[in-house]
Amino acid sequence: MASEMAHGAEAGGLETAMTHGSPEEPHASSRTYIAIALVLGVLTALEVMVFYVEALAPVLVPILLVLSAAKFVLVVGFFMHLKYDTNILRGLFFGPLAIAVAIIVAMMALYGYFL
Amino acid sequence: MERTSTGVPNEKMLMWAFIGSECMLFGSLIATYLAYRGRSIVGPYEEELLNIPFITVTTFVLLMSSLMMVLALSAVQRGDTRGSKLFLFLTALLGVVFISGQVFEFSHFVHEGLGLGRNLFSGTFFLTTGFHGAHVTVGVIWLLTLWAMAMRGKLGPEKSLKVEVAGLYWHFVDVVWIVLFTIIYLMSGASGA
Repeated sequence: MASEMAHGAEAGGLETAMTHGSPEEPHASSRTYIAIALVLGVLTALEVMVFYVEALAPVLVPILLVLSAAKFVLVVGFFMHLKYDTNILRGLFFGPLAIAVAIIVAMMALYGYFL
Repeated sequence: MERTSTGVPNEKMLMWAFIGSECMLFGSLIATYLAYRGRSIVGPYEEELLNIPFITVTTFVLLMSSLMMVLALSAVQRGDTRGSKLFLFLTALLGVVFISGQVFEFSHFVHEGLGLGRNLFSGTFFLTTGFHGAHVTVGVIWLLTLWAMAMRGKLGPEKSLKVEVAGLYWHFVDVVWIVLFTIIYLMSGASGA
């Protein structure tokens, strides 16, 4: 099974996938996807490492937010292909996302997180 | 390829609109979780129960399932039937592993006395992660139907939009977990939380 995976990944790395149905912009290659997955794994390991380092406790939240945001951007940009897609789709995602973030910040403010 | 006024297939546009609405749904759940965090007046409390090493493994599993999903889409687009079957199956399998981990975690919490209505933590925790788990379950069923199509030779490159749309859903579920993992698990010990 592992060899099949490697074969599939290698084959994909030699060519570039195309967006289906949207303007024909190339997506990343399979090798790029594998590299991104490795980065995601490393970022997750860093998050957990930071969690266990007591000296970093005062800055734990900002560090975790940055690492989490980096993972978020990688998945949305590359795996969901938003980096290659049209502005209409970006608007459909980032508009509601901004509302969601506003809801979270508003609730935190109401419950005294920023006092 | 179908013609649309935006140049974007309707199914894909619809999925992104759905994902946008899901952002607000999970935003509300996360806001509620944060609002009530640290305000439980009876135990067991989150810091006594959350198992970071265990959940890190399941998080890694879900991240790798996203990799399998993009490789599946890539395989379908280039007409690689063997790759399509393999990567779709692996994506679904990793999803099942994640769900199994969540079922184990929930069972453990209930065994430790953290029922759904026990305290503010249990209510918001089970609601938020349970909603996410339900999304993963739907995703697994969707992936298995695509895998069944691939097994019957009915998932050629002309059907790649079906896989792309399913992939968008699956990656979004992964993205939500990236946020939940950080906020619920890793920030559980943060000062001021």
